[in-house]
Amino acid sequence: MSDTSRQPDDFEAAAKGSPEQVAEFEDHHRGFMGTVQHFLHMNPSLVPLIVLVAAILIFGALLGAKFFSPFALTLILQQVQIVGIVAAAQSLVILTAGIDLSVGAIMVMSSVVMGQFTFRYGLPPAVAILCGLAIGTAIGAVNGFLVSRVKLPPFIVTLGMWQIVLAANFLYSQNETIRSQEIEANAPILQLFGAKFNVGGAVFTVGVIFMLVLVLVLAYALRHTAWGRHVYAVGDDPEAAELSGVNVHRTLMSVYMLSGLICAFAGWALIGRIGSVSPTSGQLANIESITAVVIGGISLFGGRGSILGSLFGALIVGVFTLGLRLLGADAQWTFLLIGMLIIAAVAVDQWIRKVAA
Amino acid sequence: MEPILKGRNLVKRYGRVTALDHCDFDLMPGEILAVIGDNGAGKSTLIKAVSGAATPDEGEIWLEGRKVDFHSPIDAREAGIETVYQTLAMSPALSITDNMFMGREIRRKGPLGSVFRMLDRPAMEKFARDKLNELGLMTIQNINQAVETLSGGQRQGVAVARAAAFGSKVIILDEPTAALGVKESRRVLDLIQDVKSRGIPIILISHNMPHVFEVADRIHVHRLGKRLCVIDPKDYTMSDAVAFMTGAKEPPEQDRAA
Repeated sequence: MSDTSRQPDDFEAAAKGSPEQVAEFEDHHRGFMGTVQHFLHMNPSLVPLIVLVAAILIFGALLGAKFFSPFALTLILQQVQIVGIVAAAQSLVILTAGIDLSVGAIMVMSSVVMGQFTFRYGLPPAVAILCGLAIGTAIGAVNGFLVSRVKLPPFIVTLGMWQIVLAANFLYSQNETIRSQEIEANAPILQLFGAKFNVGGAVFTVGVIFMLVLVLVLAYALRHTAWGRHVYAVGDDPEAAELSGVNVHRTLMSVYMLSGLICAFAGWALIGRIGSVSPTSGQLANIESITAVVIGGISLFGGRGSILGSLFGALIVGVFTLGLRLLGADAQWTFLLIGMLIIAAVAVDQWIRKVAA
Repeated sequence: MEPILKGRNLVKRYGRVTALDHCDFDLMPGEILAVIGDNGAGKSTLIKAVSGAATPDEGEIWLEGRKVDFHSPIDAREAGIETVYQTLAMSPALSITDNMFMGREIRRKGPLGSVFRMLDRPAMEKFARDKLNELGLMTIQNINQAVETLSGGQRQGVAVARAAAFGSKVIILDEPTAALGVKESRRVLDLIQDVKSRGIPIILISHNMPHVFEVADRIHVHRLGKRLCVIDPKDYTMSDAVAFMTGAKEPPEQDRAA
């Protein structure tokens, strides 16, 4: 024993004859489906983009100019702007392997704060807007703290926060709507996101532009800044991220706070969209935003997907809604098709993940 | 000679279990110190204590004669201690480059970096490629491929390269060859010697006695939460080492740890 133990190389001698190279990255042949799979793995937002383009083409073929006009297509943008903005916030949270059920409630609460601070307390509208944005960020911070420091599951935290914020919203606003004319006369800045401008038949609103710019800025931040890489790493494997030097707590706090802030902006955009400040509006924003994110190909398990996908996801829902309505179909068909899309999107996500093997 | 990394009287309890029981630890400059011990002896806890992943309940740690107080792996890393964990601590969906630079990304120069916080991808990719090549670890076609598309050995290689590239004072390797084949293990052992030749001391935790006896300058035998003895691999056989760590044999008086 003591003889052989002094020569630890012995057992390796047998392997000497075989080729010396190890750990090479050979480019083995994948076949067509394999290539497609690999390509989608690199570009996760491509699937929803293909679905979106296909949906536009199909409805365009069926409906002709009625659908395929600048007016109708930009109408879709206007209809999805709220969901699109909220879906951007939802995407960030879902990328960290969380979920935010309170997005809709934060949005409504912020819009109510903006309205009530202006009309109940007589604050300058701009200050009231800042207060609304601050409230949204603060609620997000509470969510982030409970998830990151107290280590509660995001689903539970935001399920609770949803109820709390929604109830607070009704209690505080006394279920009272601020009418559109009143806002228009006294605080037009609250309706800023509803301002329209016309480009050759295409109608854009400030809210639509805000949604598009927001998504582009977030896409840049997620891809080209250290913060963005950390968001993905935390969603992928928080323990590994912590060990390899990411401040997981700070990353989670920043994501939930930013999500709250974006939802507050959505609240401002909501006033522009519906004209009034109504505590009962936007009740489905959480489910609709999750739908957009899932159809957009962001994995609910975190760490995978692109925020552009969420925008495409929101637009797909918008195209289906408007297209089917113009076709005169029952609105339930929209929900049925969206339901199928959700399941298909997750199935594709699972398939793409297998590229790892 | 003064140890570069020194632990004294370290205690760590998890509930009723005492994982570290007034344990001492010394790493000399420029050496490879192997830490061996039976499962449950507290090796991992010891390593976590010196790498910042766990904060000891009692005791003190000195790095280069200065007392240090690590509360997270980031603290230890900033002090120059790099650790390759057994789990590798990599984000599978991110690229090799992203993983190598996780938590210490390079930003662009000028306003692109300072205002827009843009990452300097070309510089990071070049650095990652250079480091992997320099260590002779692998020939890479695509430095931007996701880590999850690599084999176990390749992932290990990237993790070791990351530690070797950034570790300035101490490198800790936790079971670096456990998941590897014979040839890939050889590469990692060569890599360990290579890092040592650059003067950086290494702590190696391993169950593989032939590997330990091949590369280690000294062997720290851990038993029941404390340092049993420190032996020179030239003076003892592998079976002696196993006998010490399982308690089958009393350690020699002159090597016994205080």
